[in-house]
Amino acid sequence: MSKPRNYQIEAIIIKKIKLGEADRILTFYTPNLGKIQGVAKGVRRPRSKMAGHLELLTHSTVSLARGRNLDTVTGSQTIDSFLPLKSDLELTAYALYAIELINQFTADSVENHPLFQLLLETMHHLCRGSNSEVVLRSFELHLLELVGYRPQLGRCISCRLPLQPVTSYFSPTAGGILCPGCSNSQSSARRISVNAIKVFRWLQGSDLNAAEKLKIDQELSRELEGIMRGYLRYLLEREVKSTAWLDMLKG
Amino acid sequence: MNQEPSSSLGAIARLIQELNKLPGIGLKSAQRLAYHILRAPEEQPELLADAILSVKKETRLCSVCFNVTEADPCRICCNDRRDRTQVCIVEQPQDILALEHTGIYDGLYHVLHGAISPTEGIGANDIRITELLNRLQNGSVSEVILATNTNLEGEHTALYLKKVILPLGIRVTRLARGLPFGTELEYADDVTLTRAIEGRQEL
Repeated sequence: MSKPRNYQIEAIIIKKIKLGEADRILTFYTPNLGKIQGVAKGVRRPRSKMAGHLELLTHSTVSLARGRNLDTVTGSQTIDSFLPLKSDLELTAYALYAIELINQFTADSVENHPLFQLLLETMHHLCRGSNSEVVLRSFELHLLELVGYRPQLGRCISCRLPLQPVTSYFSPTAGGILCPGCSNSQSSARRISVNAIKVFRWLQGSDLNAAEKLKIDQELSRELEGIMRGYLRYLLEREVKSTAWLDMLKG
Repeated sequence: MNQEPSSSLGAIARLIQELNKLPGIGLKSAQRLAYHILRAPEEQPELLADAILSVKKETRLCSVCFNVTEADPCRICCNDRRDRTQVCIVEQPQDILALEHTGIYDGLYHVLHGAISPTEGIGANDIRITELLNRLQNGSVSEVILATNTNLEGEHTALYLKKVILPLGIRVTRLARGLPFGTELEYADDVTLTRAIEGRQEL
């Protein structure tokens, strides 16, 4: 059976590129089709009826018509514009970071319903604006799990023995933690404190609601961010662009 | 398209190829323009060619507001009758044209030449924000009007500018965001409507 010419999706807009004079190529993250792209014609004109419904970081229902190369957006209606988040400088930066990660870690047209759900919940949590750093760490850990890069935090990834409560080493190349005895073989591994291991483990087993309530001090928060950033950089083989902006905002 | 080097093409083909590179000009439009130029009276193409050459040669950025100008500082920055206590921040030089066309604003401008876009790696140091802050240091400006675009990048830039300008003790305002003139309410998105309700005014 041939696919219908017109179809409707639910999506969060994760990327936009200018095309021609007034058009845009949009990247949608959808629950059933994964990441897909579409052309939105005329959305850069002030009187476009669709523009507001197709802005970055918007959860919308989008109608598309199949095209030869890219599908064309024929209509859209906002479900949630995440306005509280867009009205705040830091929260917008966090959310942009989250969608950049989604875009980098997903391939076109690969369905991943739980990942969509994770992104949506993360946006709702960021809108509330409480404990956003920890929410972001939880988002990263769950994202990694859903795309197949779950870090191993229970046992030493080299000798397979359970980790002792001592400072150990996180190895991006091996995707997990090395005990002090095994860490010499890996030069890229970086120190990870007992508390950081505990928080990562706990976040891995908890949802965003629980993560939002976890209070950690700034030093630990920075350690978690540093380790996560190193791991993400290794997996993507490049820097996540929006981290530079996050750093600038933190001053 | 013909991929031969442009020098080996005939004059008409060369003109078509060059016009075709302009934004919004497809092959057919380029052909139509080329033949129009061919049939036009002698002085018309000369004026066009001269105008095109001088736009590159004779313009630069104003050292004060970074608008495109022939004289430095630009006409707006030099005009003594304009209100020097207000500075309107825009993303592109074209935005000034639009605002000037209204004739309602008589303050000064500052062109950022872009907007902050973290996912594209464009941060505050990649657009002319440092220059703006330096300009605001001398204390003569009492109000900064943020006229960046109302899309996500423009809003984000406005939020950032508010954060860095407020400590200087300068009033920061944002252009009203709401319903565009001549449109229908039923097609408006939630953000626009929310802002329109929040920013409603006494009639």
